[in-house]
Amino acid sequence: MIKALETIGQYLLLMKSVLTKPDSWKIFRKQFINETEKLVLQSVHIVAIISVFIGAVIVLQTASNLENPLIPKMYVGYMTRESLVLEFCSTMIALILAGKVGSNISSEIGSMRITEQIDAMEMMGLNSANYLILPKISAATIFNPLLMLLSFILGLLGGALIIYLTNIITLGHYIDGIRFSFKSYYIFYSMTKMAAFSFIITSISSFFGYYATGGSLGVGRSSTRAIVISSVLILVFNLVITHLML
Amino acid sequence: MIKVKNIEKSFGSNHVLKNISVTYKPGECSLIIGASGSGKTVLLKSLVGLHEPDSGEIWYENTLFTILNNKEKKEIRKQIGMLFQGSALFDFATVEENVRFPMDFFTDWSDEEKLDRVNFCLKRVNLRDVNSLYPNELSGGMQKRVGIARAIALNPKYLFCDEPNSGLDPQTSILIDQLIREITQEYNITTVINTHDMNSVMEIGDKLCFIYKGALVWEGTKDDVLKTDHAELNEFIFASNMARKVKESAGLL
Ligand SMILES: Nc1ncnc2c1ncn2[C@@H]1O[C@H](COP(=O)(O)OP(=O)(O)O)[C@@H](O)[C@H]1O
Ligand SMILES: [Mg+2]
Repeated sequence: MIKALETIGQYLLLMKSVLTKPDSWKIFRKQFINETEKLVLQSVHIVAIISVFIGAVIVLQTASNLENPLIPKMYVGYMTRESLVLEFCSTMIALILAGKVGSNISSEIGSMRITEQIDAMEMMGLNSANYLILPKISAATIFNPLLMLLSFILGLLGGALIIYLTNIITLGHYIDGIRFSFKSYYIFYSMTKMAAFSFIITSISSFFGYYATGGSLGVGRSSTRAIVISSVLILVFNLVITHLML
Repeated sequence: MIKVKNIEKSFGSNHVLKNISVTYKPGECSLIIGASGSGKTVLLKSLVGLHEPDSGEIWYENTLFTILNNKEKKEIRKQIGMLFQGSALFDFATVEENVRFPMDFFTDWSDEEKLDRVNFCLKRVNLRDVNSLYPNELSGGMQKRVGIARAIALNPKYLFCDEPNSGLDPQTSILIDQLIREITQEYNITTVINTHDMNSVMEIGDKLCFIYKGALVWEGTKDDVLKTDHAELNEFIFASNMARKVKESAGLL
């Protein structure tokens, strides 16, 4: 328990030195673009593939559960849209990114720690935490909500695709369902969640990398820990944000 | 000049540095020698504030370093170059970017001035045509050279080297040692070097401090070291057969 409180304190202190003005804006801009490419753009393909498939599967599952003729067929489109926007495109995608991006960040920063590259930066009078971590947190927090949007659109398209292939319902019903009582607030809610989750993923995995000890084994350990802790926090904050926003 | 007074450092119950006091002078290579795990790295990192000593004083000229806040420490650190044990080159950056790194942050030089300085430093460590290579494309000895070039990029008054020879063959080791000594004398730098390599001791040891289990137990020069009757020091120096034979043939044993 005391250990946990200590860790939280250490995390907050680290965030205090991360969330300050960069030593050089010019260099920050370069890194920001770099990290956007590495953390966001390079996640597009995995997000796209998963979204298309999940959209298709949700359509099949919902359609096969709706054999009651009294329920209108467009319900399939409605249900698919709601599952995607409320939960899948933010929480599920975030959990996947926690694995992909989280391990990438914590092993990158962790290996810089154990090879003394972070010490070298500190020796040059640089705020290493700010230099290494702020570009990652800001790139992911700002741009990952767009991944949520992408995932939503591709999920719906995946649904359309499977309908086209199987004729399980008509595309017209599906599209009617998607447009039925559409709340754009849900998109805002989901993008907000994605921003929060992205902050959690990048800051937590940076934290575990930054304080990695014990050679390459230690880097591996901290990367596992980063994924586990950020996944748990994503689930907890999913609950909290949902309670606050819906 | 660096003055260290009574510093102590523990990690939990592990008492690593025990009441260490020592003075380092400009233009000299001062060596911290001792077995692995004796506390050399911790001492070196405490000197520059990468570890916070539990007590004691560290003076850089007339500035008491240990009471400075982080921002003030940075000002001192800008005058310090450091060569880390594994070179600690930034693996995301080319050789040129590595050496230019401190200039990007702490000078308002133009790109040309920076490039000039980079090339000057690389030439000083006898490297050429490596500007666009990445650290993992260099041999261990070349990495050390780039590490030295980066350490001297901003004309430091103080140079700290943690085991500059580790992982190098004996010939390359000697070249690196000589390079460090030349730079030290040429720019009148106060240089502190961690080592457990007896070749370095005999080659560049203007001043030696022997650390045994975290305590500074012996100080002297490379000439004193052969004649000493300090038991632990003898055990450390004459651990190898070769060193023993050298001593025998000199009639000192
Ligand atoms: N960051 C640290 N945390 C805890 N203990 C450490 C740390 N760094 C070094 N030590 C301990 O300090 C002692 C001296 O280590 P070190 O200075 O690295 O020895 P060496 O003389 O080989 O450089 C060792 O017992 C090591 O376990
Ligand atoms: Mg060491």
